[in-house]
Amino acid sequence: MLRIIKFVMQDIVKNKIVLFYTLLLALLSWGIFGLEDNNSKGILTLLNVILLNVPLVSIIFSTIYIYNSNEFIELLLSQPIHRSKIWISFYLGLLLALVLSFIIGAGIPILIFVPSVLGSMMVIIGILITAVFISLSFLSVVITRDKAKGIGISIMLWLFFALLFDGLVLFLLFQFSDYPIEKIMVIVAALSPIDLARILVLLYMDASAMMGYTGAIFKQYFGSNLGLLITFLLLFFWALIPFLISKKIFNKMDL
Amino acid sequence: MQKFLIILFFIPFWAQAHSVHIGEHFSIRSIKEGLKIVHENDTLFVHSGWYKEGNIIIELPITLIGIDFPILDGENKFELLSIKSNHVLVTGFKIINSGFATTDDPCGIKIYDSKNVTIKNNILENNFFGIYLQYCKNCIVIDNTIKSKSVDEQQIGNGIHCWKSDSLQITHNVISGHRDGIYFEFVTNSLIWRNISYENKRYGLHFMFSNDDAYICNVFRKNGAGVAVMYTKKVMMFNNTFEDNWGDAAYGLLFKDISDSYLIGNKFLNNTTGLHMEGTSRIAIENNLFKENGWAVKISASCMDNDFKHNNFISNTFDAATNGSLVLNSFKENYWDKYEGYDLNKDQIGDIPFHPLSLYAVIIETMPSAMLLYRSFMITLLDKSEKILPSITPDNFIDESPKMKPYSI
Amino acid sequence: MIEIKGLKKSFGKLEVLKNISLQIVSNESYALIGPNGCGKTTLIKSILGMVIPDYGDIILEKSSILNQFEYRKTIGYMPQIGHYPSNMTIGHIIDMVKEIRNTSEKIDEDLFFAFQLNKILNKKMSTLSGGTTQKVSAFLAFMFDPNLLILDEPTAGLDPISSEILKEKIITERNKGKTIIITSHILSELDEMISRLIYMQEGNILFDLSIDELKKETQEDKVSKAIAHILKKQHHVENY
Repeated sequence: MLRIIKFVMQDIVKNKIVLFYTLLLALLSWGIFGLEDNNSKGILTLLNVILLNVPLVSIIFSTIYIYNSNEFIELLLSQPIHRSKIWISFYLGLLLALVLSFIIGAGIPILIFVPSVLGSMMVIIGILITAVFISLSFLSVVITRDKAKGIGISIMLWLFFALLFDGLVLFLLFQFSDYPIEKIMVIVAALSPIDLARILVLLYMDASAMMGYTGAIFKQYFGSNLGLLITFLLLFFWALIPFLISKKIFNKMDL
Repeated sequence: MQKFLIILFFIPFWAQAHSVHIGEHFSIRSIKEGLKIVHENDTLFVHSGWYKEGNIIIELPITLIGIDFPILDGENKFELLSIKSNHVLVTGFKIINSGFATTDDPCGIKIYDSKNVTIKNNILENNFFGIYLQYCKNCIVIDNTIKSKSVDEQQIGNGIHCWKSDSLQITHNVISGHRDGIYFEFVTNSLIWRNISYENKRYGLHFMFSNDDAYICNVFRKNGAGVAVMYTKKVMMFNNTFEDNWGDAAYGLLFKDISDSYLIGNKFLNNTTGLHMEGTSRIAIENNLFKENGWAVKISASCMDNDFKHNNFISNTFDAATNGSLVLNSFKENYWDKYEGYDLNKDQIGDIPFHPLSLYAVIIETMPSAMLLYRSFMITLLDKSEKILPSITPDNFIDESPKMKPYSI
Repeated sequence: MIEIKGLKKSFGKLEVLKNISLQIVSNESYALIGPNGCGKTTLIKSILGMVIPDYGDIILEKSSILNQFEYRKTIGYMPQIGHYPSNMTIGHIIDMVKEIRNTSEKIDEDLFFAFQLNKILNKKMSTLSGGTTQKVSAFLAFMFDPNLLILDEPTAGLDPISSEILKEKIITERNKGKTIIITSHILSELDEMISRLIYMQEGNILFDLSIDELKKETQEDKVSKAIAHILKKQHHVENY
C-alpha cells in the first residue's frame, strides 16, 4: 500500500496543475500578508481565499485525477491487491500531495507571519478542508462512471458548500427569525464543513466579540476545549464518512 | 493707605496658623489625636507609617499632607477620610482597604457638602468607592491613582463618584478596576480632563443628568462597557480616546437621550461598537477617527439632526448600522476607506455618493443570528450586488460628498 | 482449473452474461471469441475480479475468487488497451509492478529483451505509441511466470514482427503447460496457439469445443472456416 501511495504522490507532485495551485496559494498568501499591515487582518482575508480556493481545487482536481487514473486502477486491480487498499492508497496519495502543496503554498507564510495558535489553527483547518473535499470527490467519482457528470457533481458540491448552503442558512434565518434559533443554528453550521471551519477561525480571532449574543452562544459551543475537540472531530468525520461510503461502493463497482 | 491697613489687620490671623507633625518619631502619633488640637487653616504633616485609625473625620478647613505616602488602612471595615468642611487639601496619602458593600457606601475619601476641597496626588487601592463627592462645589480631584483589585462585582464601587455637585475639576487621575471609573450624576459646569480610565468593570465614564460639562483628552480603555453619556445636554467631548472596549455589549461611547453637544476630535479604536446612539439629537460629530471597530457607528432610528462631518472611517467591519429606515442625520465630507468612487474634477471630493450602510449590516440588525455568516462568500457577494443596485438599504443614508483622502487626525 | 457456475451479470437493463457455466481446464489454451458486445471482456473481467457478478460463482483451484485478491498472483493479464500513468516512464511502471508484487521469484525477462524495452526504459508512457504500450502490457503479463494467462486482443496494434514474437512466446508458455485464455477478432492467427475454442454470443456460450473436435465436425482444416461453417449452420437452423 505504501508503494502505491508513493507512486500516486510522485505522479501528482509532478502534475502542472498542482504546481500551479501551490504557486497560486503562495502568491495569494505572501501577497495578502505583504499588503495588509495588520497580520491578523491578513489572516482574515486569507481565510476567505482559503475557504474558497482550497475546496474548489481539492474536489475538482481529485475528481479529474481519479477519472484519469481509471486504467491505472484497472492495472492495479489485475494485481494481487485488495480493492480497499487501492482506494485508500489513492486517497492518501492525493491527500498527502495536496496537503504538501497547501503547506508549501499557504502554510509556511501563515506560520511565518502569524506564529500563534491562530496561525496553526488556520493550517490545520486548511489541511482538514483539503481532506474533506478530496473525500467528497471520491464520492462523486463512484456515483457516476461518466467523467463529465462526475466533474459536474463535484462542482455542484463545491458550489453548494461554498455558496448555496449559506444562502439556505440565510433563508432559514429569515423564515424562523421569530424563534430562538441560535442553538439550532449551531447544529446547522455543523452541516457544512466550510462554515464549520470559518466559524472556528473567527471565534479564535477577536472578531468573535462582535458576534453579540449569537457569538456568545457559538463561543460557548465552539470556543470551549470540548467544543474545539467536537469541531475538529466533525471536520474529521466530514473527511472520513464520504470516503468510507465511496470505498464501500468502489468495492462493489465494476471496472 | 487704607488697603495697607486692612492687610496689616489680617497679619495676626495668618500668624496664628501653625503646623502639626504626626508620626512615630513625634509626640503626636495618631492623626485623630492631631486633629483634636488643630485649628482652622493649620497644616497637618503625616509622616510615613501604617495608620489604622478607622474613620477619620475632618471638620475644619485644614491642609493634610502625607510625607512619603503614609498608609491609611481601613481594614475593610471603615470609611477612611470623611471631609465635612470647606477649604480642605488632602495630598500625599496612600489610602487602602475601605469597608465595602454596606448601605452608606464607604469610601477612600468622601467629601460631604463642601466647597473648595482639593484632593491631590494620592494613591487609593482596594477601596469600595475611591473618591466620593456629594453636594460639592469648586472641588478639585487631581493626580490621584485609584485602583481596585477586587474580582467580585458586589465589592466594587466607583473610582471617582460625583453626585449633585457643581464646578468640579477631575484632572489627570488614573483609575482602574472599579465598577465605573468616573461617575457623574447631577453634576454641572464641570471639567474632566486628561484622566486615564481603564479596565473598569462597567463604564470608564458614566455620565447622567449632568449638563454643561466637558471632558477632554481622556483615555478610556478596555472597560467592560466603554463610556456612557445619558440623559444630558450641552456636553463637550473633545480629543478623547475610546479604545479596546471589546465584548458582547461594549461600546466605545454610548449616547442615550443626549442633545446639543459636541463630539470633536475623538479617536474610536478597536471597539465592538465605536459610537452607539439612541435618542440623540443635535450633536456635531466632527474630525473623529473611527478605526478597526466592529461597527464604527450604530445610529438608532430615534436619533435626529446629528451631523457627521470630516470624520475618518478606516478598517471597520461595518461603518454604520441602523435599526430603521428613517434617516434624519446627515453625513458630509467624511473619509470612508470602503469608498470605491472616483474624483474626476480633482477637488478631493468623490463624484458619486457613498452608502455607509451595507446590506449585511442591515441584515444583522434585524437578525443578529446572521452573524453566523460573517465573512462567508455569500455575504460578500450580496454586499457587492447591493452596492451596485441598492434595494434594501435606505437610499438616503448616504454621504453625498465623500472625501478621497483621510484627514490627518 | 477454473469453474464458472451460473454466472449472470447485467449493466442496468442490459444483460451481458446470461447464466454462463464453463470449465477452464489446466494445460489447455483457450480462444474466447464472439461478436462485439457478446460479453467476452465482461467474462474475463469477472475472472479478474474487476467486474462483480450478480449471480453465480467462479471457483479457482477449489476456492471461490469472489471478494478475494491473492489469487491474482497466479494470473497474468494483458488488457486490450493498456493505460498507464502518463507521467511515469516504462522503467517506473515496471519497477512499480515489481514492488507491488514484492516477490523474490525470478522474473521472466524474455519479452523485455525481445521487444527491446531496455532501450526505451526512460520514455514516458504518454509519449509511447499504441503498439509500444501493448509491448509493455505483454511484458507485464508474462513477467511473473503466471499459471494462467489472460490476453485480451494481444496482437492488436502490434507490428508483424512483434506480433510474431508474442505468438511464439504464447506457444512456448502453452508448451510449458500454462493455461491460456485469448480473446481475438483475428481468427486466422489463433490456429497455432490454441487447443480449445469458446464461442460466445449475446451473453451465452454458443459452443465450447476442442480444435480437433471442431475440425472433425465441420470437415474444415482452418479454425476460421470451421467457425464460419458452424455459424452458417446455426443461422440456417434459426431461420427454419
